[in-house]
Amino acid sequence: MARAVTPRRKMINTTLAWSVGLLIFFPILWIIVLSFKTEGDAIKTPIEVLTSVWTFESYLVVQDRSDYFKHFSNSVIIAMGSTLLGILIAVPAAWSMAFVPSKRTRGILMWMLSTKMLPAVGVLYPIYIGFIKLGLLDTRLGLIIVLMLINLPIIVWMLYTYFREIPGEILEAARMDGATLREEVLYVLTPMAIPGIASTILLNVILAWNEAFWTLNLTAAKAAPLTAFIASYSSPEGLFYAKLSAASVMAIAPILILGWFSQKQLVRGLTFGAVK
Amino acid sequence: MGKIELTQVSKSFDDTEVIPPLDLKIEDGEFVVFVGPSGCGKSTLLRLIAGLEDVTTGQVLIDGQDATDIPPAKRGLAMVFQSYALYPHMSVRKNIAFPLRMARLDKSEQDRRVSEAAKVLNLTDYLDRRPGQLSGGQRQRVAIGRAIVREPAAFLFDEPLSNLDAALRVGMRLEISELHKRLATTMIYVTHDQVEAMTMADKIVVLQAGVIEQVGSPMELYRTPRNTFVAGFIGSPRMNLLNGPNATKHDAHTIGIRPEHIAISTRAGDWPGVVGVSEHLGSDTFFHVKCDDFPEPLTVRADGDLDLRYGAKVFLTPDTAHLHRFDQKGLRLK
Amino acid sequence: MATQHSRSAARLMMTPAVILLLGWMLVPLTMTLYFSFKKYLPLRGGDLGWVGFDNYIRFVSSSSFWPAVASTLIIVGGVLIITVILGTLLALLLDQPMWGQGIVRILVIAPFFVMPTVSGLVWKNMFMDPNNGFLAHLFNAFGAEPIQWLSQASMPSLIMIVSWQWLPFATLILLTAIQSLDSEQIEASEMDGAGWFNRFRFITLPHLARAITVVILIQTIFLLSIFAEIFVTTAGAFGTKTLTYLIFQRVLESQNVGLGSAGGVYAIILANIVAIFLMRIVGKNLDA
Repeated sequence: MARAVTPRRKMINTTLAWSVGLLIFFPILWIIVLSFKTEGDAIKTPIEVLTSVWTFESYLVVQDRSDYFKHFSNSVIIAMGSTLLGILIAVPAAWSMAFVPSKRTRGILMWMLSTKMLPAVGVLYPIYIGFIKLGLLDTRLGLIIVLMLINLPIIVWMLYTYFREIPGEILEAARMDGATLREEVLYVLTPMAIPGIASTILLNVILAWNEAFWTLNLTAAKAAPLTAFIASYSSPEGLFYAKLSAASVMAIAPILILGWFSQKQLVRGLTFGAVK
Repeated sequence: MGKIELTQVSKSFDDTEVIPPLDLKIEDGEFVVFVGPSGCGKSTLLRLIAGLEDVTTGQVLIDGQDATDIPPAKRGLAMVFQSYALYPHMSVRKNIAFPLRMARLDKSEQDRRVSEAAKVLNLTDYLDRRPGQLSGGQRQRVAIGRAIVREPAAFLFDEPLSNLDAALRVGMRLEISELHKRLATTMIYVTHDQVEAMTMADKIVVLQAGVIEQVGSPMELYRTPRNTFVAGFIGSPRMNLLNGPNATKHDAHTIGIRPEHIAISTRAGDWPGVVGVSEHLGSDTFFHVKCDDFPEPLTVRADGDLDLRYGAKVFLTPDTAHLHRFDQKGLRLK
Repeated sequence: MATQHSRSAARLMMTPAVILLLGWMLVPLTMTLYFSFKKYLPLRGGDLGWVGFDNYIRFVSSSSFWPAVASTLIIVGGVLIITVILGTLLALLLDQPMWGQGIVRILVIAPFFVMPTVSGLVWKNMFMDPNNGFLAHLFNAFGAEPIQWLSQASMPSLIMIVSWQWLPFATLILLTAIQSLDSEQIEASEMDGAGWFNRFRFITLPHLARAITVVILIQTIFLLSIFAEIFVTTAGAFGTKTLTYLIFQRVLESQNVGLGSAGGVYAIILANIVAIFLMRIVGKNLDA
């Protein structure tokens, strides 16, 4: 690929790619703009919007009126909690599948993947009833458990593909060097696996943050994360563009930033290693 | 300190037997090379000795003690892997010190042994680098360093040179031989390269399909190969193995003759033929000669000064004193 | 590559994950199957006894069933076509040498990180609103009559919103696949006299075939159960009621659990058919 390209050609590529990129990004850009406007200005024509005054007002109103930070902290706790719990359960499982494969490993991996394909709506009612019975409905713990379970196959798979890239010979070398199983995991495997574990955490936080079936159906007021908070804007009264924009920006900003860091891992995680 | 004995050791993966029961004795201080084509079970055999694989049946004795159920960490052996298997997140110093740290040696003793090993292996200037910043040859030396610091009963090498380029390989071969002479510790070395086997070994074990074909010193194997497999595998270029009426004449099913034991002449000889490709090495030239009597071309070594063109008519004469004779099953005839 | 000792340790370490997922799969699945054979109306008498396959028959013969199947297929199909074609073109474009490639990449993948409720609402209000939306302003500026997007053109609007969300996914995966193409292969085909189109047709496209299949299968599974985007935009009105949404309404809105559960079983079967194909591909990769 190290071929010289004519500057003209590169210029055309650049112009084209930037135009398409900006077009795709435009909706996000536009809500960022709207979020800094007053409600009255936000519904005007685009030219008028751009030339009107800029203000932080909406951000303050959103926090005041709808308790943004409660929902934000719910989102953080649910996303982080479910991911960390999942990692805790998945690391040993992925370790054993990657380094001590048996005839059944493949079958187990495929079966785990198949649970991920179960359409949520198919089991909505049993989970719903179960949650009421167990007192988990509208609790953060309940959502942590459900999101952990729906993402567990992805976590196991991602870790498995990362672990498999660690050459078995290195672990054997540790064994030959006199390391016990515990020392082998502690001093050799874990330091080498940290980048993989970190990317897995990152991707799963994103997935859990954006999950919008269970979070909408299993929460009411107390445990509602940002997905549900935003959904409450679907039947609003009066002028609300600026406030909705501000709320949206605050809901997507943290994950947008995390997502940009995890581009590469995203592909691997979402295709279960089928595309690298 | 380093006598290893295998009795009736076999290995099966699931239902496939990769190594049928075999016996092998390795004396203390010996340099033993396991050689054979890829997939012959030589690496598996090494890993059975290391304890990285369980034996299916049989016993592994190290210094007379049954080590069959002892985990690799406790067998007192050190191994150098094909990929070197260096710990990428540790400096060279920490890599070499790792087995000592696992053995809970005190810090000053660790430092002393690491710097000693580094001096021997010319690694002193690189101790604080990471493996990723080293060349192939340097990585190889770190792997060896990690093996020697723990003063093992025996060293196990699993194709250690196959990832190096040709020039480095010759150098490392000498270094490992030198190390063996100095330490006088048992070394077991696995390779598919018969040149490495010939140049380094005290004793060569030739394996094929998990079966030991022959055990002996390099020259024993070269001079008296037990069967056609060993005859064809040891020696470069390969021995010419010939069937047909010319073999029957010598009361054999197959006769073998090494390239250096055939005389080539433009005037007269036993087997008339035509010169094919010639390979000039400078001191020697190898001619591939197509003879009327045999379907396969014969390889012949001649003096580097001899110049024969493609298509030239020649006559070959084997030196019958160095003729190897084999029966129908490929076994050597006395 | 292992010894007896490490094998038993491995089995032990796998147990928690396996048991949890087994429970997560079997318990609700059994309950859904159980409810699907019952007349079960939690707010109107509760458990009214076994009804055999009644729910299955009623679900299929209800007047909303076939329209729901149709909307599901149109949304899934429409989004797939748009994302795969545009995704391939975009991936090819992004693979070209240019200035600021990293930034363009970031711009392109951003929609994927937007939570579904946000993208649904933002499109509905800020862009597709017939009075104040951006598109309405744009139409006005050109003197055209603004379209009532979500009521008059509900399906195209929904497909557009969902495609916007999934285009980054397709692009990212296809771009990764393109970049893994051995450049020597391209050079070899150039030496063999292949022009730009033939190179794409005979080298790049076959190389992408697998990635495209993966994109199609994974998106299908996610798109079949698409929910939040409909929930916050049309709430199933204007012919946008998909199978998933229909089941959701039966279970939680009209509280006919038996009927909804039967629908759920249909959904599970449908998803499994797609999943089998996906697993074949992923499974093949496992051996490599």
